[in-house]
Amino acid sequence: MTQPMMDKPEPSSLLGAPVLEGRDLTRYYAISRGAFKPSATVKALNGVSFSLHSGRTLAVVGESGCGKSTLARLVTMIEDPTSGDLLIDGQPAHVGDRSLRSLVQIVFQNPYGSLNPRQKVGTILDEPLRINTKDDAATRRAKVEEMMRKVGLRPEHYDRYPHMFSGGQRQRIAIARALMLRPKVLVLDEPVSALDLSIQAQVLNLLMDLQKEMGLAYLFISHGLSVVRHIADDIMVMYLGRPVETGTSEAVFANPQHPYTAALLSATPIANPQGRRQRIALQGELPSPLKPPSGCPFNPRCWRATDECRQIMPALSGDVAQQFACYHPLGDKPPSPPSE
Amino acid sequence: MAATETKTAAPPSGLAEFWFYFSRNRGAVLGLGIFLVILCLAIAAPLVAPHSPSEQNRAALLLPPVFAKGGQLTYLMGTDPVGRDILSRLIYGARFSLFIGLVVVSLSVISGVLVGLVAGYFRGRVDTVIMRLMDIVLAFPSLLLALVLVAVLGPGLVNAMIAISLVNLPHFVRLTRASVMTERTKDYVIGSQVAGAGTLRLMFMTILPNCLAPLIVQATLAFSAAILDAAALGFLGMGAQPPTPEWGTMLAEAREFIQRAWWVVTFPGLAILITVLAINLMGDGLRDALDPKLKRS
Amino acid sequence: MPLLEIQNLTVEFPTISGLFRAVDGVSLTCDTGEILSIVGESGSGKSVSMLALMGLLPGNARITADRMQFDGKDLLTLSARQRRSVIGKDMAMIFQEPMSSLNPCFTVGYQLGETLRLHMGLGRAARRARSIELLQLVGIPAPEDRLGNYPHQMSGGMSQRVMIAMALACNPKLLIADEPTTALDVTIQAQILELLVRLQRENGMALVLITHDMGVVAETAERVQVQYAGQKVEEQPVTGLFTDPHHPYTAALLASLPERAVVGQRLPSIPGVVPGQHDRPDGCLFSPRCAFATDLCRREVHAQGPDFGQALCNYPLRLGIPTGHPTMSVALAGEDA
Repeated sequence: MTQPMMDKPEPSSLLGAPVLEGRDLTRYYAISRGAFKPSATVKALNGVSFSLHSGRTLAVVGESGCGKSTLARLVTMIEDPTSGDLLIDGQPAHVGDRSLRSLVQIVFQNPYGSLNPRQKVGTILDEPLRINTKDDAATRRAKVEEMMRKVGLRPEHYDRYPHMFSGGQRQRIAIARALMLRPKVLVLDEPVSALDLSIQAQVLNLLMDLQKEMGLAYLFISHGLSVVRHIADDIMVMYLGRPVETGTSEAVFANPQHPYTAALLSATPIANPQGRRQRIALQGELPSPLKPPSGCPFNPRCWRATDECRQIMPALSGDVAQQFACYHPLGDKPPSPPSE
Repeated sequence: MAATETKTAAPPSGLAEFWFYFSRNRGAVLGLGIFLVILCLAIAAPLVAPHSPSEQNRAALLLPPVFAKGGQLTYLMGTDPVGRDILSRLIYGARFSLFIGLVVVSLSVISGVLVGLVAGYFRGRVDTVIMRLMDIVLAFPSLLLALVLVAVLGPGLVNAMIAISLVNLPHFVRLTRASVMTERTKDYVIGSQVAGAGTLRLMFMTILPNCLAPLIVQATLAFSAAILDAAALGFLGMGAQPPTPEWGTMLAEAREFIQRAWWVVTFPGLAILITVLAINLMGDGLRDALDPKLKRS
Repeated sequence: MPLLEIQNLTVEFPTISGLFRAVDGVSLTCDTGEILSIVGESGSGKSVSMLALMGLLPGNARITADRMQFDGKDLLTLSARQRRSVIGKDMAMIFQEPMSSLNPCFTVGYQLGETLRLHMGLGRAARRARSIELLQLVGIPAPEDRLGNYPHQMSGGMSQRVMIAMALACNPKLLIADEPTTALDVTIQAQILELLVRLQRENGMALVLITHDMGVVAETAERVQVQYAGQKVEEQPVTGLFTDPHHPYTAALLASLPERAVVGQRLPSIPGVVPGQHDRPDGCLFSPRCAFATDLCRREVHAQGPDFGQALCNYPLRLGIPTGHPTMSVALAGEDA
C-alpha cells in the first residue's frame, strides 16, 4: 500500500504561537478504597506537554487507560490539572474562565449520548449563543441556520428532535453545536469510531472541509491508527498517562521508534488480505494505573526491556520531527517481531 | 397524531409512540377511563349531584339505596344518619380527594425534585446530609409520622395535606437524585458545560427534563397513596373535619352504623377503592410507556 | 453436506408501524474448518440472523426459512428442548460486550463449571481440571487463581478470553463470534483474533465471525458474506472480495476506508444513510445510494451467479466496471481498471 504524501506538513516550530499549549500537565485522582484504607492515587495524566497550531491536527493515540480522556477533560476546562499549565491562545486557562472557555469545544464519540434528547436541534444549537452572546433571537436563528447548512443539515431539521436522526446526522449536529461559538480548537474524542463505515468517510470529509474553511485546530483523540494516519499532522502516542512517542504523522508512521508505537501499528488490522503479516504480539495487558510498574511503564510488555528500563523512566528525546521516550529505540530498520 | 397520518414514511411521533405502549396495557386504559369519569364528576359536581351535600332531610334518615327494600328514587345511594344524600356527598367528596391528591403531589414533587436535584448534582457533604435526613423520615411508619405531624400542627385538611406531603418527600428525593446522578455524567451535559452553561442552567434546563419520566410514574402512584392517606387521617379524625363530605371523614361518621346500614360505609369505601385502583392501573401503564427499560423492541 | 446451512432466512419484528424486516432472505453455509465472516453496518441484520439460528431472539420475532440445518439436524423442526441440547454444546456464541456477558454475581470458575455440568455432566474434580485446562487454552496466566475471580476483577480482554473458554467448554463444532473485539483495545483485539484463529485451526471448528471492521475481515476470514439492510449482497473468498468486489456497495465501502485513500485528501464517501424501517426503497435497497443505479434497479433486482459472487445487483462490477450497464460500462472502461 503506497501512500504518497501530498503536501509535507511543516514542523510545528515554524508556525508561530500555538493556539493550545500544555506544559507538563498532570492530573491525579484520589480513589477511596473504603473507610479503613488510605485512599490511593491514580496518576491519570503524568507529565504531558504538547502544542497545537491553527489549522493543524494533533492526534492523541492510545488504548483505554492511557489518559487521553483525562487530557480532553483538562483541555476543555472541565477540570483543572493537578500541576502544569494549560495555555489557550497564549493565556493560562482555569476552570470557570468564561472568556477562554468558548475557544475550545468538544465533539464526543457517541452521538447518541452527546445530544440532549429533550431538546430540538434548533435549541441545542442555539444554546451556546444564548449563553455566551447578546444576540437577539433573529440573529441567533440566522447563525444557527448558517451553521446547519455548513455541516450539511437542512433548515427543516431545526424543529426536529435528535432521536429522529441517524448516527451520522447526529454527529453533524454535535459538530455544529461545537462550532457555534467559533472556537479555535476542537477536541474530537473518537468522533467517528461509533459510526458506520459508510458514514465515517462522510464525517471525516466534513471535518477536513471545516478545518480548511475555518482554520480550526483539532485535538483528535483516537485508539485506532488508520483514521489518524489519514487526518493528523502530528501524533502523540500515550501509554499509562505519559507520551511515549510524539512527532509528525509522517515520521511516526514511516519509522516508529518506540516499541509500543510499533506494536500498536502492527496490531491495527489492515484491509488487505494479501498483506497478512507477522504481528508484533504484545504479551499481557495494560498494568493497573493504581500500581504502575517502575521505570518505563511499558517495560512489562516490552520485548526489548532491560534492567535500565525497569528502574528509571526514560525522558523524551529526539529532534523536532520525532521524539520518543525509550532507551532502546527501534532505529531505522523496520520493527522485527519479538522472538518467543 | 396528525403528523403520522399525513406522512406514513416519517417515524411515529413521541405522542403516538407513548399511546402505542400505553394502550397495550388494557388495565391502564380502563384506569384512565375511570379516572376521567371521576374527574368530570368532580368538576361538574354542582350540575351532576342531585342534592346539596349538606342539605339534611329529616324525613329520610338512613334511607337504603334505591335497589334495596324501602329505597327511594330521589336518593340513589340512600342517605346518611342525618338525612344527607350519599351520592351527592360522594360526588362532592371526589373534589376533595382529587384536590388533596393534586396538592400533596405538587407539594412533594416540587420540594422533592428540588432537594433531590441539589443532592444529586452537588454530591459530597450536601448529598450525605440530605440523604441521612431522608433516611430518618423513611424510618418511621408513614401514617404514624403523618399522624404525629397533624397532631403537632392541629387537625384539619390543610395540615393533613402538608403532613402527607412531608411523608411522601423522601421517595421523590431519592428518585430524583438517582436519575440526576446518572444523567450528570452523560456527554450532553458535559457538552453543555463546555459550551458555558452555568450551574442553574445545567440543573434545570439540561438535566431535569431528562429525569421526568420516572418522576411522572412515581407522582401518579403517590397521587393514589395521598388519597388513601388523607382518607385514613380523615377516618381517624385528624384530616378533614365534619361536615366536609370527604370520603374518609364520611367513613368515620358512619362507624357506628356499620351493623344497621351497610350502605353508609360501603359506598365511600368503594369510591376510595375504585379511584385508587384506577390511578394505580394508570400508573402501571405510564411506567410501561415511559420507562425505556421495559420497552420491547 | 455443509455443517451449517441456512436458506432464505427472514426475521421480522412487530413494531408500532407494522412489521420490521431485520433479515430479508439471507442464505448462508459454513463448513467444518472454515472461517466465514459476515460483514455489514448496523442494521444489516448480521447479528439478528445468527441470534435467530441460536434461538436467542425474543418471542415476538417471526422467523421463517426454507431450510435451517446444522450437523445433519433440521433446526426448524427440532423441539425447544432438543434445540437447547445442541445450542451451547455443538454450537456456541460469544458476544461483543464481554463485561456484560458474564454474570457479575458468580465467580469465573463457577460459571465455567456450570456450562460443563449442564452439557458434559462432569463431576466436581473433573470440572475443575477441565476449567483450568480451558483457561490455559485461551491464554490466561495462572488459571488456578483466576477461577475464584469475579467478572469485575478482570479486564475486558480477560473477560472475553473467559467467554471464549466457556464457548469452547464442550468442544463445539461451530463457534459464532459476534463482534468479539469491537469493545477491546487494539493490541488486545489482535491477541483475541489470533486466539480465535488458532483455536479454530486446532479444534477444526467452523467459525462465523460477525464484524463491521474490514481490517478484521481481511486479516482473519477465508470467505466473506457482505450484508446490507438485512440482505446478503455479495459472497466471495476474502482475497477476491478485497481486490475485485462485485457489488457496488462493497466497492464503495472499501473505497471509503481511510487507509486506502491518499493521506489528507477527501475520502470517497457513500451518500445518504442505510434505509430504515420507514424508508425502504422498492427494488434494490442500495439503489438510492448507488452511483450506477438505473430505473431498473429502482423497480427490481436480480441475484447474480457464482461468477459474480452471487452479487444482488443488476449490473455487478468486474474490476470496477458495471457489467451490462446501459451507459456506464463503456464510459468507465478506460478509467478505473
